[in-house]
Parts: sequence; C-alpha cells; structure tokens
Amino acid sequence: MDTRKFLFGLQLAFTLAVCAFLVVPVVMSMLAGLTANYLTGLSSGLTLRWVIEVWTGYRDTIFLSIGISVACLAITLLLGVPTAYLLARSRNRMARFIEELLVLPVAMPGLATALALIVTYGVYRGFRTSWTFILVGHVLFTLAFMVRSVLAVLSAIDLKTLEEGAASLGAGLRQRFFHIVLPNCRNGILAGSLMVVTLSMGEFNMTWLLHTPYTKTLPVGLADAYASLRLETGSAYTLIFFLMVIPLLLGLQALSRPRPSRFRGDDELNPEKLP
Amino acid sequence: MIVLFLPTAVFFAAFFILPMCRLFLIGGQGAAGWAAYAAILTDGNYFNALVATFGVAVATTAATLVISGVAGVFLQRHKFPGNAALVAMLTLPLAFPGVVIGFMVIMLAGRQGLIGAVTEALTGDRLVFAYSLAGLFMGYVYFSIPRTILTVMAATEKLDPRLEEAARSLGASPWRVVFDVIVPGLKPAFISAGAICFATAVGAFGTAFTLATRINVLPMVIYTEFTMSANISMAAALSFVLGAVTWLVLALARTAAGSTVAAAG
Repeated sequence: MDTRKFLFGLQLAFTLAVCAFLVVPVVMSMLAGLTANYLTGLSSGLTLRWVIEVWTGYRDTIFLSIGISVACLAITLLLGVPTAYLLARSRNRMARFIEELLVLPVAMPGLATALALIVTYGVYRGFRTSWTFILVGHVLFTLAFMVRSVLAVLSAIDLKTLEEGAASLGAGLRQRFFHIVLPNCRNGILAGSLMVVTLSMGEFNMTWLLHTPYTKTLPVGLADAYASLRLETGSAYTLIFFLMVIPLLLGLQALSRPRPSRFRGDDELNPEKLP
Repeated sequence: MIVLFLPTAVFFAAFFILPMCRLFLIGGQGAAGWAAYAAILTDGNYFNALVATFGVAVATTAATLVISGVAGVFLQRHKFPGNAALVAMLTLPLAFPGVVIGFMVIMLAGRQGLIGAVTEALTGDRLVFAYSLAGLFMGYVYFSIPRTILTVMAATEKLDPRLEEAARSLGASPWRVVFDVIVPGLKPAFISAGAICFATAVGAFGTAFTLATRINVLPMVIYTEFTMSANISMAAALSFVLGAVTWLVLALARTAAGSTVAAAG
C-alpha cells in the first residue's frame, strides 16, 4: 500500500500549496499594513501609522459602506423573505421563471447593470448623487442570495403540513408567516443576511460607476488607495476591510457546517433530522 | 397572497427590467446605429478584446477545475486532523471583492511581490507579471477556487464511495478510478462550477481595474468607452452583448448539468 500513502502525501502537498496560494497574500497584506517600511521588511518595526492615516483620510467610506450594507440588508429582508415564501409555496413553472429572473442581476456583469441604471435614472440629479443610487444597485445584486438562502431552507422542511396544521387550528396568513414560516427559516435568513452584508460591503463592479465624489464606498476608496498611495497604506486599508468582512465570512462557514450526510441512510426519511 | 410579491415585482421591474430595455435601445442609437451590436465582431479592437477575454476565461475555468477538483475530492474523501481548518482557509476568500483580489495578486506577483523576491534570490531576475493578462488569470483563479471547492466537495459527498472501492477491487489503477469513476460522477458539478468560473471571469471588472488600465479585456474596454470616449451607446451595446453571452453560458450549463446555477461576483 505504499503507492496509496505516496498518493495521499502528494495530494496533501498539493492542497497545502493551494491553501498557501490563497492565505499567504492575505497575511502578507495584513502585515504590510502594520510594517513601518515594507521594502525593508518587518525589521523596520511595526506601526499603526498607516492604519491611522487611512482612518483619517477614508473614514467616511467605511461608515458609508456600513450604512449601505445595513440598509441593503433591511430591504433584501423585506423583499426577499416574503418572495422566498411565495416561491416555496408555489413550486410551478411561474415560480421557477421568477427565481430565474431574480438571479439575472447576479449573472449580468456589474458594469452592464450600472450602465443601465445610469442611462435610465441618471437624469434625476438628486437621486443620482445620493447614496440610495448605490443602494439600488446593491439590492439588485444581493436580493437573489437572500431569496435562495431562505428558499433552500423552506424547500427542505414540510412547509405544507406545518401550515395546514396551523391553519386547521385557525391561524391566519399573518399568524402562520410570523409563527411558523419565520422561525423555521431562521438559519436561512441568517446565512442570507451574512452573505448580503458581505457582498454589499465589497461590491465594486457596479459601485465604481454608480458612485460620485460624495458617495465613495469602502471598495471605491480601496481602488483609489491602490492606484495612488503607497503599498503600506493600501495594505492598511485592506486590513481594515478584512477586519470587517472576515468575521462575517467565518460566521457563514459556521452556519453551513452541519450538513446531513447522504449515506447515513435514515436522514432523508426523518423530517426531524433535516435542517 | 400575491400582495407579498408585489414590492419585489415593482422594485425589479423599475430598477432592472426597465433599465435593461433602455440600455438595449441606447445601444442602437449611437453613430453606428444598430450595427453597434455587430461591432464586437467587426471592429478589430473590440474583437481582440473579446478574444483576450474569452482566452483568460477559458484558461481560468480549466485551471480552477483541475485545482479545485483535486483539492476538493481529497478533502472530502480523507478526513484527517486539520482537515476542517484547511477547508476553512480554502473557502475564506469566498466573497472577497475583485479589487482586493487584484491587490492579493500584486502582493504575490507585483513589483514588490513575493514571487519577484523569490525569483530574484534564486536566479537574479525579478519575475513580475501582475500587471498583465497572466496576473489577471491568477486573480480570477484565486477568486474562483473557494466557490468551486465548495461545489466539488458537496458533489463528492453525494458520490457513493463504494463505486471507487469496487473499481479498485477489480484492479483499476488510481488513475483509472479518477478518470472512469470520480470525474464522470462529478461531471454535473464540474459543468455548473465551470460555467460560473467562466461567467465571472468574463464579466468581472475590479481585478483588471486594480492591476492595470491597459489590460485589454472587454469590461475594461466598456469602461474606457464610457468614461474616456464618452461613447455611451457603444458602451451600452458592448455591455449588453457581454451580459447576453454570460447569461447564455450559464443557461447552457444549466441544461447540460440539469441543476440550477447562479454566478456571483
């Protein structure tokens, strides 16, 4: 069985190399943002100088991005959860088509969506120059993630029986939605929310065309910094972005971890064990 | 009941369907008229950009599928201490924006990058390729690996390990097991994940923007038409075509793989 051990080692080495490819630049840029002089290396000492420089110069972009992502989350929740509920109840051709349509802005290059918004609504100055213009783009882009995340959970439970049970006991639509549907798709809503906030914080493809000098988001500021400031400052800015986004991504990973294994047998027959 | 869907319908119609129709109409109202929609094939500059874009996208898709296929199947089939940590690290960049990915490429292959430093120490020559199509390729592979590994792992989980055992007990070599059992079993996952790689590589803009404005791929061309030349109708026509191609690739992949596919990024 020596070949199997050899192959195992080979694959492990390969996987570790891929891991290094992904993680090393992240760590490098985090360190670079804290290093006094990147060319000299860590021996030049650690400093918060670059982080402070970014904070004083680009603070507004950070607050704007947080604001937009929270507003985006609120709207995607209001629009997305009821939509997902409707789609889950009516699994027909029409529902399939609507789901398809909602995913279109994700498949479309961000540039195309942004251009379309500009040629249609660019003439309304007040709207064009406000942060809500960017918000519209972000909602378009993230809505599908909320809908799909909630829909995935709703499709996995026996929604029909639960609702019929509640309805037979006299619960109206409103009562069923708030007391049966929402509690059951809690994990889907949570995962969708984390995804929406993460994507909205990092959205650049559309935002670069939608933004104005007064509505610069974090990624727009990042692109600015990469183009015109020294490597250390760009790194410090990236560090701040990572500190904001990585906790969200870790949360997403934690949520998706307990997946039922297909070959354990009785999982599929026992509705209590399904997520 | 249908009232629940009304807000989404109104929002979507007003901010996506209507603007997309406007974009299509404006694309035909420039100096070139409706011929603007053919310009992507007839105009040498645009055509070259199209070829470069597709070239990078095909290379990205192939490289990502091989890398994520090997790593994903390995991590799903062999549970060892540290496995979960590796998976966590490999999927962490899942939602990094294109600009940040561009910066990661600069960190690795840029003027002050790691690859440059290592090659200089080894050979005396500094290898710097971040600001070219090669750098863009590297960025898109970086971007696509986390998503693809997740898809491959999920598909491998559903692949019955007894099939591989059976092949092995019948005397198949490891390579035969890979190409006759695992690859065919994962084909739908490969098709849908590959389509997403391709679509994101075709439409992404942030990475190219961070690396260099001179990289001649379609999104950069559209951006230049819009801002530098103020040629809005040509930008509209090109981006509409780009969107249509992306959608078509995803739709074809869906029929081929028989499952729903969503791109991101």
